[in-house]
Amino acid sequence: MILKVLMAQLFSRPVTNRFPAKYMPRSVTGFLAKVGQGKAKLVPPVPVPKGFRGKLAYDRETCIGCQLCIRVCPASVIMFKPETKKIRIHVARCTFCGQCVDVCPVDALAMTEEFLLAAYDRFDPSLIVE
Amino acid sequence: MEETRTTFEIPVGPVHPALKENIRFTFRVEGERILGVDVKPGFVHRGIEYMGMRRNLIQVLYLSERICGICSISHPIVLVQAVEQAAGIEVPPRAQYIRVIVSELERLHSHLLWAGVAAHELGFDTLLHLSWKVREAVMDILEELTGNRVDYAIPIYGGVRRDISPEQMPKVSEMIRYYRGLFEELSDTFLRDPSVEARTRNVGVLEPEEAHELLAVGPTARASGLRKDVRQDWPYLVYGDMDVRALTPEDHGLEVRGDVFDKIVVRLLEVAQSLDLIERCMEEMPDGEITSFPKLPALLAHLKKAEGEGIGRHEAPRGEVIHYVRLEAGQEGPSVWKVKAPTYSNLMPWVPMFEDQEIADIPIIAASIDPCMCCMDRVHVVRSGRPEEWTKQELLRRSWEKTRRLCG
Repeated sequence: MILKVLMAQLFSRPVTNRFPAKYMPRSVTGFLAKVGQGKAKLVPPVPVPKGFRGKLAYDRETCIGCQLCIRVCPASVIMFKPETKKIRIHVARCTFCGQCVDVCPVDALAMTEEFLLAAYDRFDPSLIVE
Repeated sequence: MEETRTTFEIPVGPVHPALKENIRFTFRVEGERILGVDVKPGFVHRGIEYMGMRRNLIQVLYLSERICGICSISHPIVLVQAVEQAAGIEVPPRAQYIRVIVSELERLHSHLLWAGVAAHELGFDTLLHLSWKVREAVMDILEELTGNRVDYAIPIYGGVRRDISPEQMPKVSEMIRYYRGLFEELSDTFLRDPSVEARTRNVGVLEPEEAHELLAVGPTARASGLRKDVRQDWPYLVYGDMDVRALTPEDHGLEVRGDVFDKIVVRLLEVAQSLDLIERCMEEMPDGEITSFPKLPALLAHLKKAEGEGIGRHEAPRGEVIHYVRLEAGQEGPSVWKVKAPTYSNLMPWVPMFEDQEIADIPIIAASIDPCMCCMDRVHVVRSGRPEEWTKQELLRRSWEKTRRLCG
C-alpha cells in the first residue's frame, strides 16, 4: 500500500505550501525587499480561517480605561498608562487566548489575521500596540 | 579460561537523541540484553502549580493549557470541572457537547501524532511523513473551530468560549468522511506491514497483572487487555449518554499480548471511536446557551466568593488526568492546585517493559507509552543549590504531612 502512495506522490504537488518562495532564498530579508520593489513574487501563506486568533488590534478612541483586560490577561501583556488612561500591549509576550477581547466592555480590542510577527527585538515597534 | 559474565551500565538521558524530552534511564545490560532499568524523572519541573496559586482563576486556565502542548484541552477541561464542582457552577448542555467534540478532536490529532513518532522511532520515516500529512486535516478543523492549531482556549468556567456555527458543521463532517476513507489504508500500513510487525511484536511486553499492579492508565493499560477508561468507568460531561467502551486489541479480533504492536492497535481503534463520538455529538447537540456566565466580571466575582474543593478527571489521549482545586472565599486564585498527568502513572510500567529487551528497542519502548515528561514533573528537590534525592518513606511522610496541613 505504502509503495502505491509513494509512487503517486512522485507525480503530485507537494502537500506543504512553499512559503515565502518556491526555493529558499539566500537572504529572506533581501528577498522581501525585492518583493517590495516588485522584482520577485511572493508565494502567499495558507489563508487563515474566519475567527483566527492573530495579533491584537486596539482602538484607542473607544477604550475607556477600565483595566479589565489587565486583570484577565494570563501573560501580563497589557500595561496601563495612568497619564492617558489608555493601555499598551506587548505582543511579544501575548499567548493569543483572546480573553481580553472577550472581557472588553466596549469592544476596543480585536484579534486580526496577522500572524507573521517575528522580530529581532522584543520591543520592536511592530510588536507594541498602543 | 574462566568464564566471566560482565554487566555494564548504559546511561540514556537526561538529554539524548533517542528521547523527545528530558528523563534519565540507567540500563543494566549484558551484551545486547537489558537486565534492568532505573528511571529518574525530575529534570523539567516548572513549578506550574505554585505559579497558578498566585494568579486569578481565569489566568490559571491558560496556564493549565500550557502544562502540555498536545493535551492542551485535557488540562483546562479537568480544571474547569474541578472549579465548577468547588464553586457550584452549572454547565449548559450545548457547552458540554462542544467540550466533548473538541476533546475527541484532540485525541484524534494526538494519536496520529503518536503514530508518526512511533514510526520515526522505528526508523520508518516515510510512515512518519504520511501520518503527519494525514494529521493536517484535523489540525485545520481545530483551527477552524477554535482559532488556533494548538492551545485552543475553548473551555471557560461554566461553559465554552466559542460556539460551533452551522457553516462549520459540514467541514467537520467532511473531515470525518476523509478519515473514515483513510482508515483502512492507515491500519493496513501499520498493522499489515512486515517491518512494523517485526519491530513491535513481542517487544516491550506489559502483562495485564503488571499493568494492574503498577496502575497503568490510558492506551498503555488497554493494550494489556485492561478495560480501563475514565469515560466508561466514571462518565462525565455527556460521555454517559455516548456508551463509550474501553477498547482493547480483542475488539480488533486479536489476542492480547501487551506489546508495542498492541499499543498501535489500541490507538488506531480509538481514532475510529473518536470519529464516531464526534459524529454522534454533532447530531445530538441541542441548541441553547454555551455558557452560564456570559459576562466575565460576574464570573470573576462569583469565583471570588466561592469556597470549597473539587476534583476533575478526564480521559486524555494518554490516560487519566486529575486536578484537585481548593477555593477560599475572598481569594481570586486557588489556594491549592494539584495536577496529576497520565505519564506519572505510566512511568513504572516502563520497568517490566524494558526487562529482557534489546538495546536497539529502547527508543520505541520508551515512546510506546506516549510519554510527556514536562506534564508529569511535579517536584524537584534542591537544597543549598544541589539536587537532592528522597526515598519512598521520606516522600510518604511528607505527603501525609501535606494532607494533614490541607485538612487543617
